[in-house]
Amino acid sequence: MNENTQKIDSIKLEISDEVVIRIQDMNKWYGAFHVLKNINLEVNRGERIVVCGPSGSGKSTMIRCINRLEEHQEGHIYVDDIELTGNLKHIDAIRREVGMVFQHFNLFPHLTVLDNCTLAPIWVKKMSKKEAEEIGMQYLERVKIPEQALKYPGQLSGGQQQRVAIARSLCMSPKIMLFDEPTSALDPEMIKEVLDTMISLAEEGMTMICVTHEMGFAKTVANRVIFMDGGAIIEQNEPNNFFDHPQHERTKLFLSQILAH
Amino acid sequence: MGDNNRTNYGIVNAKPIADRDAPISTTGFIGWLRENLFSSVGNSILTIIGLLFIAYTVPSILNWTLFDAVWSGGADACRENPHAACWTFAGSWWEFFLYGFYDRTQRWRIDLVLWVLYVGVAFVVVDDDVRKTRPTSTILGFFIAIVSMVFMSLMIQHGAPVMWTMAATLITVGLVIWAWGLPNGRSRLGLLLLFAYPVLVFFMLGGGVLGLSKIATSDWGGFSLTLVIAITGIVASLPIGILLALGRRSDMPVLRLVSTLFIEFWRGVPLITVLFMANFMLPLFAPEGANIDQLLRALIGVALFSSAYMAEVVRGGLQAISKGQYEGAMSLGLSYWKMMGLIVMPQALKIVIPGIVNTFIGLFKDTTLVLIIGLLDFLSSVQTASTNPDWSIRSVPYSGYIFVAFIFWLHCYGMARYSQHLEDKLNTGHKR
Ligand SMILES: Nc1ncnc2c1ncn2[C@@H]1O[C@H](COP(=O)(O)OP(=O)(O)O)[C@@H](O)[C@H]1O
Ligand SMILES: [Mg+2]
Repeated sequence: MNENTQKIDSIKLEISDEVVIRIQDMNKWYGAFHVLKNINLEVNRGERIVVCGPSGSGKSTMIRCINRLEEHQEGHIYVDDIELTGNLKHIDAIRREVGMVFQHFNLFPHLTVLDNCTLAPIWVKKMSKKEAEEIGMQYLERVKIPEQALKYPGQLSGGQQQRVAIARSLCMSPKIMLFDEPTSALDPEMIKEVLDTMISLAEEGMTMICVTHEMGFAKTVANRVIFMDGGAIIEQNEPNNFFDHPQHERTKLFLSQILAH
Repeated sequence: MGDNNRTNYGIVNAKPIADRDAPISTTGFIGWLRENLFSSVGNSILTIIGLLFIAYTVPSILNWTLFDAVWSGGADACRENPHAACWTFAGSWWEFFLYGFYDRTQRWRIDLVLWVLYVGVAFVVVDDDVRKTRPTSTILGFFIAIVSMVFMSLMIQHGAPVMWTMAATLITVGLVIWAWGLPNGRSRLGLLLLFAYPVLVFFMLGGGVLGLSKIATSDWGGFSLTLVIAITGIVASLPIGILLALGRRSDMPVLRLVSTLFIEFWRGVPLITVLFMANFMLPLFAPEGANIDQLLRALIGVALFSSAYMAEVVRGGLQAISKGQYEGAMSLGLSYWKMMGLIVMPQALKIVIPGIVNTFIGLFKDTTLVLIIGLLDFLSSVQTASTNPDWSIRSVPYSGYIFVAFIFWLHCYGMARYSQHLEDKLNTGHKR
């Protein structure tokens, strides 16, 4: 299941010099608990970054800071040169640029699949209903489920729901996509269809940050793998080196654990 | 037959096993009796006691309320037959029960708003998908026709100007066509009824516009007054309750504190006390010379009281919405109000429909408490009539109370059925 049939040559994909996300000395606490420690990260346009690390190491918290689902207390985060502060205008602007896909899909169960996709374009981008539906259908075709457009999310399989969630994000034409363990809640036979969708996104040059334990995906798609532990970034490298020559003890331990089975 | 020898692994049942009928003892009438009424000695005894109780009480109840009851004639007919219900009491006084002391020449104004109400409600409660199918469409058509005939003839009988009778007809027909034709006609009509209807009621009943004479609220009374109070409470409590519930869950401590205090204050005080306070204390706070109408005081009291209850019902629904829904909405860039209005509230309110309707039912019945501050609501109009010397007959007060109970029951049961229907519909809907 880690072997993806579609192999892409990560080196061929172009990465521009333009920095789209810049995190500087970022620290975050939950109450007294220091959950993120001195995070520094720069992401260029077109990068595909995989974030891995043990459970509770702060992976979700870190990427959720990028679209302000979580607030950081120290340091700076810039997305497309807009700084994330309490300023609601900035937050809105950044959320338009950044799409997010969640472990549990977070589709809106009271709306049809198509309405899930058109909601934000209509209400946030003020698109006409007709135009939004055209775009919605276009993306549902891209994730290969146009025939489910009029069903409700509850009537779909997990894999299909996750693909709808991806389409829903894409309808806002984001420049950056965040994935937080998009396949962790899926049955094994559905993981591939979601990974394939993500691979085709990568092939189109989308900037992506994926928290995932799909090491096959990391090897074929990522241009950089980041390892986190205890709220800090411990190590990062391009995939081949990361997997073949891990440097830090904790990275070695982590890799031996997840590659053991 | 399957081979269940544990040492012999392999195919156990090669051929499908056909269904057989259940034993007689578990199906059919006998089976039902056995299972439900005589499943044990204790159950059998209870069944027999229950049957005896029914046999003893039901005939006398039926005799009193139906077979021996006085259905026509005047007070004398009831005086001759004091040991049975006196329904002719309701028949002789119904105008008073419905309109109170409202100006006789203007009662058609009440007829008009009742007409719009019953037709509108009939429309709103029938689903879009079954409305156009038989027999629902036939029943709905009949209902609307009968309601329209009744209220139109009442309007004419009460001397309504032709202009207004025509206007009422146009409004009703217009509503029907509008709601029938539009894809989401029903919910739009529902919203319209919820927010435009109270305005119609206040202008029609109060007058002072469009050449309608002014009628003081102190003359309003009877069932129409009960409806005015109930509708005000219902219409005010939903939006105010939603805002209070949001306030109570807000991130802003001050807002949260204020909402919580407000809710807990009104929930902790009996409605009677609220009404007393509204009646006697509001004037103390009002600026000098401002004379707050007595009905208005009661309405404010009822509205705030029911809003607090509604807020707690809505909060229950909000708590059932997972954090993921908020995050999904926020990640798409929806603002707070859009997130609440488009994602959170529609789901939360659907979950608590039974609680909302329950609150409406409670509110509807609680309106009878306004009689203690001297408003002539439905119950109090019946009480007043039964103290009339011409009608001082033993059976009259009982008949009056039963009549009141029956009318209330009819409306509350209707609401309860509708809530049940909504619940069933939502269960078979998208939540699979
Ligand atoms: N809302 C919260 N309040 C307090 N602690 C939290 C909260 N969310 C996460 N944490 C804690 O922060 C740490 C990092 O969580 P998370 O970012 O979800 O880890 P990961 O995604 O790497 O598994 C964990 O120890 C978790 O218990
Ligand atoms: Mg996580």
